[in-house]
Amino acid sequence: MKYVDEYRKKDLILSISEKLKSVSNKEIVLMEVCGGHTMAIHRFGLHSLLPSNIKLISGPGCPVCVSSQHFIDTAMAYSKLSGVIITTYGDLIRVPGSTTSLEKERANGSDVRIIYSVLDALEIAKSNPEKSVVFLGIGFETTAPLTAAAILQAQKENIPNFFVLSAHKVMPPVMKALVNEGVKINGFIAPGHVSAITGTAIYDDLASVYKLGVVVSGFEPVDMMQSVLMLAEQLESVTPKVEVQYQRVVQHDGNKIAQQILEDVFDLRDDQWRGLGTIPKSGLKIRENLAAFDAEKHFQVEVPLSTEPKGCICGQILRGLKTPVDCRLFAKKCTPADPVGACMVSGEGTCATYYKYRS
Amino acid sequence: MNKKEDKILLGHGSGGRLMHDLIENLFLKHFSNTILNEQTDAAILKVGSDEIAFTTDSFVIDPLFFPGGNIGKLAVCGTVNDLAVSGAEPLYLSVSMIIEEGFPMKDLETIVESLAAEAQKAGVKIVTGDTKVVNKGKCDKLFINTAGIGRVKKENRLVSKAMDILPGDVIIINGTIGDHGMAVMNARESFNFRTSVESDCASLNQLIREVLDQSPVKFMRDPTRGGVATALNELAYKIQLGIELDESALPVTNGVKAMCELLGFDPLHIANEGKVLMVASEKDGNAILEILKKNELGRKSSIIGRVVADHPGKVVLKNETGGRRIVDSLSGDQLPRIC
Repeated sequence: MKYVDEYRKKDLILSISEKLKSVSNKEIVLMEVCGGHTMAIHRFGLHSLLPSNIKLISGPGCPVCVSSQHFIDTAMAYSKLSGVIITTYGDLIRVPGSTTSLEKERANGSDVRIIYSVLDALEIAKSNPEKSVVFLGIGFETTAPLTAAAILQAQKENIPNFFVLSAHKVMPPVMKALVNEGVKINGFIAPGHVSAITGTAIYDDLASVYKLGVVVSGFEPVDMMQSVLMLAEQLESVTPKVEVQYQRVVQHDGNKIAQQILEDVFDLRDDQWRGLGTIPKSGLKIRENLAAFDAEKHFQVEVPLSTEPKGCICGQILRGLKTPVDCRLFAKKCTPADPVGACMVSGEGTCATYYKYRS
Repeated sequence: MNKKEDKILLGHGSGGRLMHDLIENLFLKHFSNTILNEQTDAAILKVGSDEIAFTTDSFVIDPLFFPGGNIGKLAVCGTVNDLAVSGAEPLYLSVSMIIEEGFPMKDLETIVESLAAEAQKAGVKIVTGDTKVVNKGKCDKLFINTAGIGRVKKENRLVSKAMDILPGDVIIINGTIGDHGMAVMNARESFNFRTSVESDCASLNQLIREVLDQSPVKFMRDPTRGGVATALNELAYKIQLGIELDESALPVTNGVKAMCELLGFDPLHIANEGKVLMVASEKDGNAILEILKKNELGRKSSIIGRVVADHPGKVVLKNETGGRRIVDSLSGDQLPRIC
């Protein structure tokens, strides 16, 4: 398959692996921020192709995983309201809330529908004018423009029964928060699809102020290996900078139209992250002039104080402080079939990835 | 069930782990008997000195019409294949219909014609049936149940029992995986993928007969809901040996591969309706491969893996780059209502 096979070529991967052995003998710890990267690393067995002085740790880049318990519980509360249809991307319906999950609420009679594009939610709203359709907006700069476009479309077409519960987040603040918190890393493998939208300047101060190298990477094994090589080379040259490995997709300035749409629809706000607490200016909230589409403005629900599952260390895993094997619930009480924490639900979650590739 | 659910979730019907738990902890608990406890695709019954295979299956697929078939064709293939993988020669089917008030007669006619055509192709007779009509909104358009019986030849009676499987035995499949699930998904959801992915829905009894008449097979299973991954996990668990799959040997069409890449699915979890997994010794395996490849329904057959002594009870996939991963049973309802 074009654009896939050429980036999975064994000889190419092995030649980069070989090169990595000689490029640096420093102890290097790199964080792959994105859940998609974590998946690729494990799926293609890349850990075993890295020299022993280079380690990769997983970061907070899985949207389902970082969504706060309060967000899940709010979605659950909406799902119990009469006349409400909840629309969501698949993974979210299995995330355990404080007391229940959307999957279970669906069995209890709630109307919860899995969609593959936010535009499907708009269609559902149009064909069910008597119902309120709530889209659960999760994800980073990658998916947020789609949600924003749907809101603008709803405004244009005058669809009054379409609402968004936004848990959209932006990437750079959490990366800085982790470093500020003392997570010891030497560089970031940054998510390619975020920069496809935002461009690369969002990471400039990570290099200039925090003195950390950032390589914006693609998601195939050759991409990942090359990104590791580029970061190792940066560390040898002692000049941290922002580089793009994923050049077939990412341009320096990003996608200006998507950036404009994001700006038209969302404002930054302080936002809650699972296991990381509140991070200033890290979330996207719907702007006042579009409040008619903001589920939080429209529905009044009581959401009980959210509790994170007992014994679950998702938070420390999301901060790269621990790995799933450090968790006593992992693969015992917490499995993909019966998940305790969000990181075990999402296909991109670190725990689900470790579980799947634990052989 | 790990944690007792107080309501049925869609995942309980997905063919994955939740359904397995439901069968184990509810149905088997109450229905338990020596025949049912075998949990084979079809029950093997002794009638006088003969043995017959008996099975049943319900079809609730949405949409009713999809590229490569419709619910009628599927209702025959599904039951015929359950009999065939049990080593039986399918003979007779029943067809029961639950129809929603207001269902278009023309569609029903098309579906019935497909049922008849596929039955004829498979060489089975539809000998009894039942019709129920329910109020509008009380069922979704049309549900079909078929049951079937077939004759079991003495020499094939153990093929569903997975006996004598040893490390080194090979796993064979008669063609590409994931086509049915992805074709149905593409027809149902509004992806508008411009793809030629078609359901592989087909009756496999004649293909299987050609193999059984010429070569010993240790085990067969049709990897329907839950896909190849779930079928092989059940096998690995049963025989308490490991199974190692070779990613580069898995036949997957480019269309299915692309849809799975885009949607984040694993082709190993996607349903098939015209596929059979066979386990045989390495020597017989190569002979079986030749036999399969001569048949239209087996042209893309491949040895996709082997039985190993390592990691008993688990299925492991190795890829070209040296990565290895555990292939789990499907958990949850990745693709509901695909059959």
